[in-house]
Amino acid sequence: MSTTRTILICSGKGGVGKTTTTANLGIALARQGAKTVVLDADFGLRNLDLLLGLENRIVYTAQEVLAETCRLEQALVKHKQEPNLALLPAGNPRMLEWLKPKDMQAIVALLERQFDYVLIDCPAGIEDGFKNAAAAAREAVVITTPEVAAVRDADRVIGLLNTKGVQPVQLVLNRVRPKMMSNQEMLSVDDVTDILALPLLGLVFEDEQVIVSTNRGEPLTLSDSSSPAAQAYGNIAQRLQGEDIPLMDPSQARRGLRARMRKLMQTRIF
Amino acid sequence: MTLKDFIDKLLRRQPASAETAKERLQLVLAHDRSDLNPELLEQMRREILEVVARYVEIDLAEGDVSLETEDRVTALVANLPIRRSIAQPSKGGTL
Repeated sequence: MSTTRTILICSGKGGVGKTTTTANLGIALARQGAKTVVLDADFGLRNLDLLLGLENRIVYTAQEVLAETCRLEQALVKHKQEPNLALLPAGNPRMLEWLKPKDMQAIVALLERQFDYVLIDCPAGIEDGFKNAAAAAREAVVITTPEVAAVRDADRVIGLLNTKGVQPVQLVLNRVRPKMMSNQEMLSVDDVTDILALPLLGLVFEDEQVIVSTNRGEPLTLSDSSSPAAQAYGNIAQRLQGEDIPLMDPSQARRGLRARMRKLMQTRIF
Repeated sequence: MTLKDFIDKLLRRQPASAETAKERLQLVLAHDRSDLNPELLEQMRREILEVVARYVEIDLAEGDVSLETEDRVTALVANLPIRRSIAQPSKGGTL
């Protein structure tokens, strides 16, 4: 029995931050000393290579590994600055025509032999791509944003993960805007965790540096960035490793007279 | 009700959207999770009322059958005010 943690990073809805989270958590875990591999399971629209800045170094992919036309070591792309991290790139989109859950399980079984963490970047949706990826996972991190469509889609995915016996399933709340939350113009952290009934693994504040870092292909966690998102991803990685790191408090992000006024306005009067 | 809600009401302003979002989500998720579309739910509601009406006289206008959800558990909640019981149901057990 392998002690590898194989974690599906999924969301249902597209564009909520699955790939960004996979890249940043991968780097953060590797920096904390864990041998980590990120597996791009989005064969249709692969992007994990681009966010990690590894797009020019791909020779072989998961496809050649499955076809046994290359060894796993040949397909794995090692990160230059963070040698504890490797990427197994997604194969050709035509793989989707024949790829089955057992194929994903076979790839993951190979990876589990040599890594402490296998992070699977799941495609959006709840169709075959999701089902293949979920079949290979032991546990899952569901990413959502405090928006109705993202929360609804996350709920569908959580239901499917429960029926597949993936356990534990934890939540990351992404793109939190503390100001909108304190104005009650955005679902609060409690609203989302109440509705989805999942333990909160972390929350990530909306942060422009995420866009800057993807432009460069250098995930925020790669440097000792003080940006809020970099800290949040670092914290999430530590919590995954079992450390007890307190959650950020959106209401603490904003203080002063206006915040106190807002608090007064939230007082229950009857 | 919070102080803000109260002032909003006085000024006839719309409530903050987070509350609206939460209410809408809870409703839509109750349906998503039960896999019942509104049509089927309406049919079930009618049939439940029919069965109950065989035993007791219910206030159809006040009656309400809906789905509620909490902690990923969805419950069918029926609130059927009884006007009076019907003395002898057509076919009864020994109870």
